[in-house]
Amino acid sequence: MSARTAGVLRVAAGLALALGAASASALDKGVPAPQFELVGKDGVVQLAKYQGKLVYVDFWASWCGPCRQSFPWMNEMQARYGAQGLQVIGVNLDAKSEDARKFLAEIPARFPIAFDPAGATPRAYGIKGMPSSVVVGPDGKVLYLHAGFRHADRAELESVIKNALGVMK
Amino acid sequence: MRSVASIAFALLALPALLGGCASVQPWEKGKLAKPEMGFGDARLETRFADHIYSSREAASGGASVGGGGCGCN
Repeated sequence: MSARTAGVLRVAAGLALALGAASASALDKGVPAPQFELVGKDGVVQLAKYQGKLVYVDFWASWCGPCRQSFPWMNEMQARYGAQGLQVIGVNLDAKSEDARKFLAEIPARFPIAFDPAGATPRAYGIKGMPSSVVVGPDGKVLYLHAGFRHADRAELESVIKNALGVMK
Repeated sequence: MRSVASIAFALLALPALLGGCASVQPWEKGKLAKPEMGFGDARLETRFADHIYSSREAASGGASVGGGGCGCN
């Protein structure tokens, strides 16, 4: 191996080392969803309290444009499938919860909202994008993870909810 | 030549070894979502450009389109 090849290999190894210092990876399906107990808009929100329901945990923030679109959709989902066992929970990740309250004054949420300004919950869930949603089954295991909220995502997410509720019966 | 490669390796490995390189988490990008943090005037042209980049290059995000800055979608 020439000195130049060795040099190139060393640079490549250095790059791999630098890139390998990655952050936590997202949760896998089937893993128990990390518990959380957070101060909410109307009292404490605790994931364990919703055991037995299909929980749709949505990580959102007031500065996130797609969240303005996802809230009416989540309200609709809660209204449509709430009786069948769906529970939507919104976990707000604003550094200043005051911004979240302003958002909620404009765009109301008909589901519990929890505040996590410290960001411990999304870290535990390995959230990779904003907004992110995690569907947790009645047994507390992660069923589905989704990052982002585009118009096309609505149908996919609704079908995931419908299928999970179907299995629950 | 060999010393240059060694220095390059050391420089590239340094951030990983220091361990103090705090990466920005997706939920900490609130400041990037402000309109003044976008490249242009946050007008329609930005949306056109974003659409063209995503359809031609499959590049996504960063243009502050949809009110998210580098943070959303």
